[in-house]
Amino acid sequence: METTTDTKNSFINTFREFEAGLNGSAQGSLHEKRKEAISLFEKTGFPPTRDEEYRYTNIAKALQKSLGSNTGQLESDMDAQAIEGFLFKGLEANQLVFINGRFKPGLSQIISDPKNILIQELSEAYKEQPEKVGAAISKHAKPESDAFVALNTAFAHNGVYIEVPDNTVAEHPVVLNFISDGTKGTTTSMPRNLFLVGRSASVSIVEAFSSIGENTTFTNIVTEIDVQQNAQVQFVKLQTEEDKAIQVNNTHIYQQADSRVTTTTISLGGNLIRNNLNYAVDAKNCESNMYGLYYLHGNQHVDNHTVVDHRQPHCESNELYKGIMDDSSTGVFNGKIYVRQAAQKTNAFQSNKNLLLSDNATINTKPQLEIWADDVKCSHGATTGQIDQEQIFYLRSRGLSRESAQALLLFAFAGEIIEHISLEPLRAYFTDILEMKLKAKYQG
Amino acid sequence: MLSIKNLQASINDQPILKGINLEIKAGEVHAIMGPNGSGKSTLASVLAGREEYEVTGGSVTFNGKDLLDLAPEDRAREGVFLAFQYPVEIPGVSTTNFLKTAINQVREYRGQDPLDAVSFLKLVKEKMNLVEMNQSLLSRALNEGFSGGEKKRNEIFQMAMLEPTLSILDETDSGLDIDALRIVANGVTKLKRPDSATIVVTHYQRLLDYIVPDYVHVLYKGRIVKSGSKELALELEEKGYDWIKEEADNIQA
Repeated sequence: METTTDTKNSFINTFREFEAGLNGSAQGSLHEKRKEAISLFEKTGFPPTRDEEYRYTNIAKALQKSLGSNTGQLESDMDAQAIEGFLFKGLEANQLVFINGRFKPGLSQIISDPKNILIQELSEAYKEQPEKVGAAISKHAKPESDAFVALNTAFAHNGVYIEVPDNTVAEHPVVLNFISDGTKGTTTSMPRNLFLVGRSASVSIVEAFSSIGENTTFTNIVTEIDVQQNAQVQFVKLQTEEDKAIQVNNTHIYQQADSRVTTTTISLGGNLIRNNLNYAVDAKNCESNMYGLYYLHGNQHVDNHTVVDHRQPHCESNELYKGIMDDSSTGVFNGKIYVRQAAQKTNAFQSNKNLLLSDNATINTKPQLEIWADDVKCSHGATTGQIDQEQIFYLRSRGLSRESAQALLLFAFAGEIIEHISLEPLRAYFTDILEMKLKAKYQG
Repeated sequence: MLSIKNLQASINDQPILKGINLEIKAGEVHAIMGPNGSGKSTLASVLAGREEYEVTGGSVTFNGKDLLDLAPEDRAREGVFLAFQYPVEIPGVSTTNFLKTAINQVREYRGQDPLDAVSFLKLVKEKMNLVEMNQSLLSRALNEGFSGGEKKRNEIFQMAMLEPTLSILDETDSGLDIDALRIVANGVTKLKRPDSATIVVTHYQRLLDYIVPDYVHVLYKGRIVKSGSKELALELEEKGYDWIKEEADNIQA
């Protein structure tokens, strides 16, 4: 009886259907990885809350409640007009559109020369370069590291493959729009992205998540970014889904010598979000920056877990996550920095700052440092507070309404994160989004 | 312009102001002096609408309106300005950015059109010179990392921008070196208009050499115990507050 099937088994059944639908593609190294991943998932299932890593975020329960045994992927009839509002307007960028996990070439626009930056649908890329792509998948995002990575790997098929050749500065940013359409029923999607950034190459990539509809949408995405020597990557995530959306987002970054990677994760919408951001810093003189902003309302729950693994000396990591929690929302921050014995002269800084706007809002924060090397400079800390009433009074005494004083202070608090987006048109775009969000709330 | 009658206020149930009476007319400068803890800053805060203080009695009328009934922002929009004793640092908000919002909300309240960017910048340039303020300070985060003198100058700069009818300077002179004091005081003096009034709350007579008061009031234990002309300030400087305390305590007893 289908009604008694739990979500885990339903995903396994969905996998069988997916596998059958692959026809000729159900072979090769990628499919071997899929099969290993599904049997791993079958063994472990979803992480229980007794798993320390998922202590505050019970995704299994949320999925069971809202998806039950409907773990399939629905078709969507959204057209260019329907998605227009979700795209980055006026931004000169490669814009790719995925709806319910499926690539929509007709709605996408690739403006860059493939010699400058190769942007392909993942299954196409695998067809063209099976050895290269097959070997790169799960090289850094190991299925055994996390049940959701395992589940995603089992379904690895649709997604984006980006290759930036050596010594190439990608002319235009790449914006990946993942839209979930829950108008006709619950739906799931498992995008799998693979970005290979060559030596001394440079690229900016955005993943933007949005949703529509009354039904639960579940997105379980995995992105692997392989960064070669002296390369520069700017990676931004924007989560603005509706309040029926559940998302698990795994990002694995691997850095070679002299490279710099800056990630900015901005979570404004969605019902339940879990972000796992992992940096493996495997060579000297790397810079790893992690910035995050979560601004939550209603019953939203956003959990950011970050890991930086400093394996080699003379590297630097900077982490700043800021949260604003309103209503009954919940934020979770867990940041781990490992400094291995070989990683002497590491500079690692980590900070999590939170503002609670309501008595019912919650933040669980845990900054962690684990250091085996003895010649390092590391610091970490977390603060949680409320809006400073002295600051509010100061602004009001100059004629600002209470609401606009509050909006101004929140904008200043959050703006520090957006400032770290180095590409000007993107930064301006995110500034606008934040201003609009604050205006909507404070009519300022 | 301002009429304070039997004003009483407390904080955490502790009475601080115990019946203040004060009449201020347009064009006048009133100095309020007194020993530490006499309630000077409380009076300034209550007039500006600081919410920690509870007004327990009396009335304040400002240009015919019940001032105590107005929110802090509406007091500002009506023309009340408080130069803070300790200007607040606000990271991430530049002086120009916040002042533009402030001025336009004040203008909106008064039924005026908002200032466009060009007129706003012109006004900034004009008022900046008045307090010898460096433009680079204005684009920095409000008061963050400013020296004491820079913070106080920024207060007077904001006052110049907002053109209030009643300015309350709360110990604006405390901790300033003589050059900064001169700049701040000259700014205030230049901003005086026949239709505006100033309350100078101070501990030291020094400031009153530059901002010459029409009246000097001495506040002690929450009451004005003595009022006089500017000569009273000189007398206080010379003799201290003890004789006034004694006089007041004797009357009380």
